[in-house]
Amino acid sequence: MRVMAQTGTAPPDDLPAAMVAEGQHGPVIHDTNRAARLAGVQRGARVTDMKALLPDLRVEYADIYGDRHAMEQLMFWVRRWCPWSAQDGPDGLILDTTGSDHLWGGEAAMLADMEAAFSTLGLTAQIALAPTWGAAWALARYGTVRSICAEGEIAQKLSPLPAEALRLNNGTVTLLRRLGLKTIGALADVPRLSLTRRFVKAKLHENPVIRLDQAMGRTAEPVSSPDATPTFRAHTRLPEPIMDPTPFMPDLCRELCDQMEAQGYGCRRLLLTVYHTDGDTHRIDVAMSVHSRDPDHLLYLFRDKLEAINPGYGFDLITLDAAQTEQMQTVQAHLGGGADETVDLSRLIDRLTARFGVRAVSTPALRESHVPERAQNWVGALHGSNDTAEVVAAERPIRLLSHPEEVRVLYAVPKGPPVQFVWRRQTHKVARYAGPERIAPEWWHDLPGTRLRDYFKVEDHAGRRFWIYREGLHGDGRGGDPRWFVHGMFA
Amino acid sequence: MSYLAPSKRLSSQTRLSLRSIGAQKVLSDVFTQTAADAAAVGFVLAHLPRDAGTVLWAQDRLSAKETGQPYMPGIGPAQSVMRVAVSRPSDVLVTMEDALRCKAVSAVIGEIWGDPPTLDFTATKRLALRAEAHGVPCWLIRRAAHPNLSAARNRWRIASLPSAAHPHDAQAPGDPRWQVELFRSRAAQPGTWAVRYDRATGRLDFSAASVDGAVDARDGADRHSATR
Repeated sequence: MRVMAQTGTAPPDDLPAAMVAEGQHGPVIHDTNRAARLAGVQRGARVTDMKALLPDLRVEYADIYGDRHAMEQLMFWVRRWCPWSAQDGPDGLILDTTGSDHLWGGEAAMLADMEAAFSTLGLTAQIALAPTWGAAWALARYGTVRSICAEGEIAQKLSPLPAEALRLNNGTVTLLRRLGLKTIGALADVPRLSLTRRFVKAKLHENPVIRLDQAMGRTAEPVSSPDATPTFRAHTRLPEPIMDPTPFMPDLCRELCDQMEAQGYGCRRLLLTVYHTDGDTHRIDVAMSVHSRDPDHLLYLFRDKLEAINPGYGFDLITLDAAQTEQMQTVQAHLGGGADETVDLSRLIDRLTARFGVRAVSTPALRESHVPERAQNWVGALHGSNDTAEVVAAERPIRLLSHPEEVRVLYAVPKGPPVQFVWRRQTHKVARYAGPERIAPEWWHDLPGTRLRDYFKVEDHAGRRFWIYREGLHGDGRGGDPRWFVHGMFA
Repeated sequence: MSYLAPSKRLSSQTRLSLRSIGAQKVLSDVFTQTAADAAAVGFVLAHLPRDAGTVLWAQDRLSAKETGQPYMPGIGPAQSVMRVAVSRPSDVLVTMEDALRCKAVSAVIGEIWGDPPTLDFTATKRLALRAEAHGVPCWLIRRAAHPNLSAARNRWRIASLPSAAHPHDAQAPGDPRWQVELFRSRAAQPGTWAVRYDRATGRLDFSAASVDGAVDARDGADRHSATR
């Protein structure tokens, strides 16, 4: 809708339109306009059902992440009226206007100003003002237009509102309705002791006692107002187009790091953008495993990447942006002033990753599985892994082939170990063996029909120790004769 | 009796130095007799310091394809490993050189397949000097390769031997045994040994390699006498 409003293709208000999102069983209605709502289209209903109800319903996909981002932006925008604001669910904002209403000529004037400002943005807002978060939430959604609630009249204003207005989930609202408690007033009349006894173990969003206390101001619910993340950007404008950004990089990195240091921030990603004279842009990004603001280190990460830029007719603007910034403490690792070893390792990871790619530099992540190739997974060292699964107690090889290699075998007994096998065109005579160790397929992962494996540790005539397995059994009904594979090597 | 004493002392000296050779913080290269033999990897792993820090393990594409990847459930959780899988041998050398500068790395292992032209005397000299300057043990595992000119301080050639007897199962292979040849070294006398790796304690037992064929054939074939 937002995009369509910008491009001027938004549907008119009097035609029913709905935004849809992917549900579990096909698309569901995410939100509707007024015309559709009046025609009976409900949120959360399936699109096919609603199309049957209203064949000319216009349906567009919702941009949920975009909406979330826009809401975050809006949260910072509303700080023009008061210094504290926070997001309240996916569709609400809460502002702590204590002490700032007189700047706008009183509470009523401030609400009118807010509504006007929102409408210039093209947004409709339902606004209410109350001494508590809960009461403001209820009045904005279920109260009259621009309702203002003074300190002493919360109970009186809230009592005719339905129980949903207490920020309870659907299950609890249904339960209260079955108990005959349809309004907040009815709920407030119930003796507190019996209500507490009934909901003693309920969580916050299903506990009417706590919610009622919050709305009435008996329990404090302060607004925790997040700070806007500062953006860090360094740029160089050039009088004449150039072909190689390398000489400008040290200054750009230093400027960016100075900016971040001044505010106590570090970044995990860097974006270098060059703007060509012909309007083209080229962008390079590098990532780090821990936050950093060391200009030499950042510069090093770009070392081999700058050659990849196609200069074309040259470029005249270079910008360097810091992304994924986070507050970073300055730490002294040792009293003597020595360097920290973990920092060293993360720098090494950054350097190698910048050079060879995320997948090339990896650390093992062990998982609790008996299937050998699932027990160990290599994950990029840049993101780190802290899986600490218990490893299987049985003996395992020190090398594992990425793909098991099929071998031709000669065996004495079908269920026993092979007498000899041919692997990579070489015949290995089995001198000794240990096993079998049977590893059954994991039915919750594997396709139906996957065969079990019998692993043997075998030693050939020359003393080389292999881990080989037979896939399946004779006559297990899952394919023909079992096949044999080499899967790993022991020391 | 007097002629026995010097030889005894000599042998104890060699044994002592053999233990410490592997623990030296220098560049060593290890050649394998057959390409897909994990004996060399086992030998290198036996020399790594335990619980000391991250081991950087660089492999080129052919090494990973032909001989697989390190498998941590078998190596043990005590060793923390960071693997760098690159395509070219020159990238392995660059990675090893970069990692040797890093203080948090306790050892560097590189695997290079064949005799690439980039792996010349200069490249090994760089690695050797850097390993000594930073005091990090550096191992270069070379498969399907010729032991041509190299600046490695210790050069080993390793092959599998039939394993020691299994304490509980006469049929099964026991502790691994390797034939280890030190064919060039600055610190010790070159020689050939049969090495048994004790998996329970993680120690290496060097013993003189037998030249007697009759004894050799009996090695690891104790089960025959046991079953008879």
